Amino acid sequence: MDQQKGVMVLGEISDGKLATITTELLGIGKKLANELGEDLSALLMGGKARGLAQEAIAYGAEKVYIAEDSLFDDYNSDAYTQFVANLCQKVSPSILLIGHTDIGCDLAPRLNGRLRGGLAMDAMELSIDPSTKLLVSTRPIFGGNAYAKVVSRTVRPQMATVRTKVFPPAERDESRQGQIIPIEEKIDPSAIKVNVIERLKEEVEGVKLEDAEVVVSGGHGIGSAQNFEMLWELARLLGGTVGATRRACDEGWVPATRQVGQSGKVVSPKLYIAVALSGAMSHIVGCLGSKWIVAINKDPEANIFNIAHFGIVADYKEILPPLIAKFKELLSAK
Amino acid sequence: MHTIVCVKQVPDPEIPPAKFKIDPESKKVIPPPGVPPVISVYDERALEAACRLKDKHKGKITVISLGSEKATDVVRHAISMGADDGYVLSDGAFENLDSFATAYVLGKAIEKIGGYDLILCGRQAADWGAGQVGSILAEILGLPVVSLACDVQAEDKKLRVKRILKDGFEVVEAPMPALITVSSEIGLPRLPAGMGLMLARRKQIPIWKAKDIGVDPLELDKSKAHTEITEIFIPKRETQCERITGATPSEAAANLALKIVKLI
Repeated sequence: MDQQKGVMVLGEISDGKLATITTELLGIGKKLANELGEDLSALLMGGKARGLAQEAIAYGAEKVYIAEDSLFDDYNSDAYTQFVANLCQKVSPSILLIGHTDIGCDLAPRLNGRLRGGLAMDAMELSIDPSTKLLVSTRPIFGGNAYAKVVSRTVRPQMATVRTKVFPPAERDESRQGQIIPIEEKIDPSAIKVNVIERLKEEVEGVKLEDAEVVVSGGHGIGSAQNFEMLWELARLLGGTVGATRRACDEGWVPATRQVGQSGKVVSPKLYIAVALSGAMSHIVGCLGSKWIVAINKDPEANIFNIAHFGIVADYKEILPPLIAKFKELLSAK
Repeated sequence: MHTIVCVKQVPDPEIPPAKFKIDPESKKVIPPPGVPPVISVYDERALEAACRLKDKHKGKITVISLGSEKATDVVRHAISMGADDGYVLSDGAFENLDSFATAYVLGKAIEKIGGYDLILCGRQAADWGAGQVGSILAEILGLPVVSLACDVQAEDKKLRVKRILKDGFEVVEAPMPALITVSSEIGLPRLPAGMGLMLARRKQIPIWKAKDIGVDPLELDKSKAHTEITEIFIPKRETQCERITGATPSEAAANLALKIVKLI
């Protein structure tokens, strides 16, 4: 365990650029590495890795490991697990930071199973304990009703997955120097058991949930897919988009990709309008980053009123139409 | 086709957040009195996936639950939905297990049961939600693994699994036997029906202890050492909600619009 040193960031490439989450992990990674007096490294995979290695260095990585095999251009669970696990065994990082992304949510638990380290998924806080020098990860438990601090005392690497926008991106400095280290490992083809047959990206109407300044979210109280139309109208009027609770998605009233919450998306708009949703913590954790939360619910005891800034206790069907009408009036006057 | 489903019994997550209590000393969650525990939501979806496969391909579903002896309730619930057999893994040694230790114990039970084509787990537990047991279990058993499934089909000894992505889906193919973790997007679970309920009431549900499944106490101890919870806390959330009113709902709505327009 004494040989495990350094903080490694599992980088991701998105649209030919370093993914935002990677610049954020390099930021917090540098902070942790400095507190340990150790180095920060990054791993980039795929044909674009070499071209982006200098970017990772600009964002603070002292070493960038690159795996240029085009086999890694698209995520394959078995190939990535084998490669990253082998690299970790060679390089022995003390800490491995991974994005809470499509790749990370699949890869991190598998890596943990293979490397037998310690993993905290969905960490919202990371720090180094000054006396033990252990990584302390804070993560939500019980659907976000509480939080737990976890450490791994004796096993390595210490791993955490982190969502985007939890930490700010690192400072970019083009003058930074670093080492680029190609890793030439061939993947054993017999290790690839699961193959991707097809990938379907959903056509996003309007602005993406995670980027929206205004989100109008509906819960189980909406009652039907048809009734969601009103939320769409309000969202469009305010230049935003629609979100939903898991239960509303379960009913098939909106696509699953609209889900806001612990097992869905985390959003941080300026305005979050929660319509006919009770405010279960597993949903709330998805919108707590909002600047203003407005609630419309006919149940005065609904938990949503405990976290909203403004609220109306009424049947949403009686509120949304006049609300939309008033907005139309006010916004056309502007 | 023989499917094994791992199900966990958890405190009811639907309780009003105001009733949610913890004991920081023992680092435990205190379930509100009088509220019965339930099956973890994602595990119930995994069960639903198993039932759909059984509808199509016949075969058998075995359910296992690691927990207190009360976990026989969730096993019975599983049987009422369509599972054929179930076992509860309960032992004093199985207290405070982390993801590795949980996977180790489940793995031992699965080895004892044997003869399976597919193992299904929920993507994460509705209580501690670490989200790792499925993947670690697959590693222990040397099985191919697919995570976050929203649809599972079996054709000619192969599994065709639709997985959820943040902005869409992907479809993967895996050989059998394999382990799949299931997400809520698979859809709503079936309600237990008359026949199922009757079978569930009558079914004998064995309780297996550590020695029944060959758990090595040293291995178990080693497994427990991976993560340690140093603190649990409930964050303070103090927002004062300003109630917007009006003589009529329309007036209230108009007042709300006026408020909002100043904010954005």
